[in-house]
Amino acid sequence: MSNIFTSSIGKKLMMALLGIFLVLFLLVHLGVNLLILMDSRQAFNVAAHFMAHNIVIKVFEIFLFGGFILHIFYGLILQVKNWLSRPIGYNKTNNSQTSFFSKFMIHTAVIIFIFLTIHMIDFYFKSKFTNAVEIVNYNGKEYHDLAALVLQKFKMPAFVIGYILSFVFMSFHLLHGFQSAFQTLGINHKVYTPIIKKIGIICTLIITVGFTIIPLYVYFFK
Amino acid sequence: MDLTLKIWRQENARAKGKFVTYQVTDISPDSSFLEMLDVLNQQIIDKLEKPVCFDHDCREGICGACGLYINGRPHGPDSAVTTCQLHMRKFKDGDTIVIEPWRAKPFPIIKDLVADRIAFDKIIHAGGYISVNTGGVPDANAIPIPRNLAEISMDAAACIGCGACVAACKNASAMLFVAAKVSQFAVLPQGKVEASERVKAMVAKMDELGFGSCTNTGACEAECPKEISLSHIARLNREFYTAKIC
Repeated sequence: MSNIFTSSIGKKLMMALLGIFLVLFLLVHLGVNLLILMDSRQAFNVAAHFMAHNIVIKVFEIFLFGGFILHIFYGLILQVKNWLSRPIGYNKTNNSQTSFFSKFMIHTAVIIFIFLTIHMIDFYFKSKFTNAVEIVNYNGKEYHDLAALVLQKFKMPAFVIGYILSFVFMSFHLLHGFQSAFQTLGINHKVYTPIIKKIGIICTLIITVGFTIIPLYVYFFK
Repeated sequence: MDLTLKIWRQENARAKGKFVTYQVTDISPDSSFLEMLDVLNQQIIDKLEKPVCFDHDCREGICGACGLYINGRPHGPDSAVTTCQLHMRKFKDGDTIVIEPWRAKPFPIIKDLVADRIAFDKIIHAGGYISVNTGGVPDANAIPIPRNLAEISMDAAACIGCGACVAACKNASAMLFVAAKVSQFAVLPQGKVEASERVKAMVAKMDELGFGSCTNTGACEAECPKEISLSHIARLNREFYTAKIC
């Protein structure tokens, strides 16, 4: 057990488990984000406050950051080793029939990482470590007006386009990553694998459509 | 058929190789790819030059010795065949065909199109066998084996170790080969005795030799001349986790 993660299969296991965990996080994140579509900013601000201050969520946050870091760390190690496995490439590009998006996992990962960095600076660090976010009062209790910040950002065309494009690339990453994670876990079954692939497509659609509909709605209708 | 061939020529393991272009004429569409190369080599020999080296043995698609990367695909444009069973009717008159050796760090080039695939033997040496003493020839039905398990084992055992999976994989991963060699024993009672040690040793050797990891791209399955399924890789993963954790 001790040295399982030093093997290539062990590292893949780590990638798969963390990948599924991160997909679940994205679904929760989307649930909170959708509250911004409500007429009042209160629901989103109260939910964001709960996510930032609840003790269970705070513990979960440690695992979440750890999850992101390890997913990136193991992904990079595997990618570098994979590149080194073929130091001299082919003259003719491979045209075998393959899972299309699997060829671009590292590229889509880099785009998602850039998006994540900008996203963290724009929202997470701004509310946690600066006074840039205004304070609002609901029933005598103080809340960060994160909703106002989000609405302001989603009125900027370049931000909206960048945000939507990031989720398009996220969908490419998930379309291969979701079903691939289950294969890595050793789940390959005549009946269940096609179902897992369909669930992967549905999850990807929910995440992509859900996250992209928010800036579009805000930009055009709010 | 008249064809233009762009072939990788490399004097030895240390030499710098390059592509050399050859013309062949009057090739029968019914000839095999290797027979076409035989014709080319005869032309080259007649000019008192060194013929193109390539691996081959049985020429019946069962030994796994031949293996060329043809126009971007291991074993060429046909499906579920080895290079020796690829026929020239799969190409068109006037085509240019690019022929390369298998490319992977653990498969160094020996000469021209010949890659050293001894890495596969090393993986087998690490544990791809049954070492329990089976005694004399037992009765065929002494150990009952369900039909579906026998089928899985036989499908995995169809692997001829040609290396097309490594050649096709963007990561030069040997997972399909190792998966087939683990699976053929893992589902049978005789193989279960050493299952744990076998999978650990074979995966460790595979990693040590410098093969890449599996990203479930599926190129190996698509190019395998014996149509070994990706489900065997899932079984290899299960076997590995069980061996490591239990």
